Amino acid sequence: MSSETKQILTTDGVPLEVSLKKVERRNKFKAFLLVAPLLFFLLIVYISPIIGMLFNSVDDRMVTNSLPKTFIAMEKWDGKELPSEEVFEAFYIDFKKLMDEEKDGKLSTQLNYTKNGFKSIIKKLRRKSKSFEEGNYKEQIMAVHERWANVEYWRAIKRRAPSYSYSKYLKGVDMYENEDGKFVQVEEDRRIYKKLWVRTLKIAFYVTLFCFLMAYPIAHLLATLPMKFSNLLMICVLLPFWTSLLVRTASWMILLQQQGVVNDFLVWIGFVANDKRLEMMYNETGTYIAMTQILLPFMVLPLYSVMKTISPSLVRAGKSLGGTPFITFWKVYFPLTIPGIGAGSLLVFILAIGYYITPELVGGASGTLISNQIAYHMKYTLDWSFASAMGLMLLVGVLGVYWVYNKLVGIDNIKLG
Amino acid sequence: MALPKYTEPHYRIWHYLYLFICGCVFFFLIAPLFVIFPLSFNAEEFLVITDGMKRLDPDAFSLRWYKDMVYGTKNPWGLAAKNSFFIATFATIGAVILGTVAALGLSSRYMPYKGIIMATLISPMIVPLIISGVAIFFFMAKAGLAATHTGIIIAHIVLGTPFVVITVTATLSGFDHSVTRAAASLGSNPVNTFMKITLPLILPGVISGALFAFVTSFDEVVIVLFLAGLDNTTIPIQMWTGLREQLSPTILSVATCLILLSTLVLVAAELLRRRSERIRGINR
Repeated sequence: MSSETKQILTTDGVPLEVSLKKVERRNKFKAFLLVAPLLFFLLIVYISPIIGMLFNSVDDRMVTNSLPKTFIAMEKWDGKELPSEEVFEAFYIDFKKLMDEEKDGKLSTQLNYTKNGFKSIIKKLRRKSKSFEEGNYKEQIMAVHERWANVEYWRAIKRRAPSYSYSKYLKGVDMYENEDGKFVQVEEDRRIYKKLWVRTLKIAFYVTLFCFLMAYPIAHLLATLPMKFSNLLMICVLLPFWTSLLVRTASWMILLQQQGVVNDFLVWIGFVANDKRLEMMYNETGTYIAMTQILLPFMVLPLYSVMKTISPSLVRAGKSLGGTPFITFWKVYFPLTIPGIGAGSLLVFILAIGYYITPELVGGASGTLISNQIAYHMKYTLDWSFASAMGLMLLVGVLGVYWVYNKLVGIDNIKLG
Repeated sequence: MALPKYTEPHYRIWHYLYLFICGCVFFFLIAPLFVIFPLSFNAEEFLVITDGMKRLDPDAFSLRWYKDMVYGTKNPWGLAAKNSFFIATFATIGAVILGTVAALGLSSRYMPYKGIIMATLISPMIVPLIISGVAIFFFMAKAGLAATHTGIIIAHIVLGTPFVVITVTATLSGFDHSVTRAAASLGSNPVNTFMKITLPLILPGVISGALFAFVTSFDEVVIVLFLAGLDNTTIPIQMWTGLREQLSPTILSVATCLILLSTLVLVAAELLRRRSERIRGINR
């Protein structure tokens, strides 16, 4: 065939095409080999635990495994009336085993998530069950507390039968699954998480906006000043950038406290009375002020690097064509800076939405974000599956913004320092 | 920025207003850092500027809190500083090695799936620290590395590598690959070529990545909060505890030292950046 006769061969008789492909494959493999150590390191210690969080957030085997006999006995129960003696007996056997292993406390915490009021009645059952006689457990358990005779509580137990549940995700948006399997909102006065999500988004949005409004003029100044001056002023941006986050938060705590420098100054100029000093810390205001200052360099640097590349002759050309300084700025200069605005805003927004340290220290009750709630559940309530669920919900949001960032800016274009 | 003589008055006003706004923003950025200096020399126990300080009374100033930081009884700062430097040093070494090698691979034009792999390698920088903290805590607890230096060092390597990857790939973007081919044609093996040719050329990028990794580890508190036991306390943890519980001026002495340290880092980073730009300029 004609194509075969035209084929170019290398000296060892292999067609050139094949040989080149082989080399390319080898080069690809070599390049991958260099990346592999870090990639596998991250996959093991970082990516897989994050995926593990997904498992944690839906894992509900604790209850399933601690009441195995009860759930088997409950399979036949229709959930309309109180369960039969058989279920009560199974429950008693399971519970006795848990008490011997001292795991009944964990069970009560878990069941209390499903329905409030389990904690006290399990404690009571623990005390009373020691003197239980054999047989007729239904009567004996129901005598411990009136809630044990309430069918609602038995239904709550049955709802915990599956090994996996998405209830934590529903809880994260103030909803729960009711007895009929419908998603309903919790009562008005107990809706806290939705408010927290909204507040997190709001604070992240406004911090981004404030950063933009403050960063734009100074980035412009830095980009247009002669090198000599701009290098000096650049230190004002870079020194905070390199300074410890806690140091900067500490300085804001000193400035914003009631006897602090800012209040002293306001009193001195007569803006506020000495006995009516402003409360600027341990509330939303503190979070806004401190976060804006801390994240400002992340907005200035991308804006600066974009503005630096805009030729000043473009603005001069605009003016020479009769544009006023404002028109020239709006029609010529501003559109050219949009990539920088996008990069800076997305970066600041991503960082702000997951901020933890600063809100925790200066935010008080009204200025904390979703991150603080995650940390709270990790440390104090120890509801790790709920913390995982909230963390993943936050992560999905952040990755969404990251994806947009990647599409618009490209992660290769992240500039540091 | 002098204005030309023919500028109309209202633009002149606008221009000065613009300069004034810029001045305010620079002040907002830098001034909070300077409030720490005078207060760290406070003779009193309060974190406010006392009347004596306003009058510049020498008795109102003292080195009391610096002495407390260094010699104070049962003070935690010595151990914390030792731990911080230890952890940051090893985390930096790990991050630099892993990050540089990965950056070399990523910069190769044969690298398959460059986009997705880069996104994965950078992700520890993007994912909120609290989530990284929770995930790494679960991992370390399972691996039995919670409350150990090793665990914290591994976590900080994860956080540090994106910076090294970014700075080194940036340096490599202006890298002339014909020099390595020249070395190879002269009979040098790949390791030798890397050590003698590539590394000296990309060194500014590697060192500035190392600086970022070091500062990240040195300043990191969220993950350490999850992982640290009593023996692993670091400077940020001590500051965190201090800021939450009792705000003592000793914290401000530590903060002053940290600001001086970050000034050093800033100078080093700037010098490196200029050097790296010069090297890349020559290559072009």
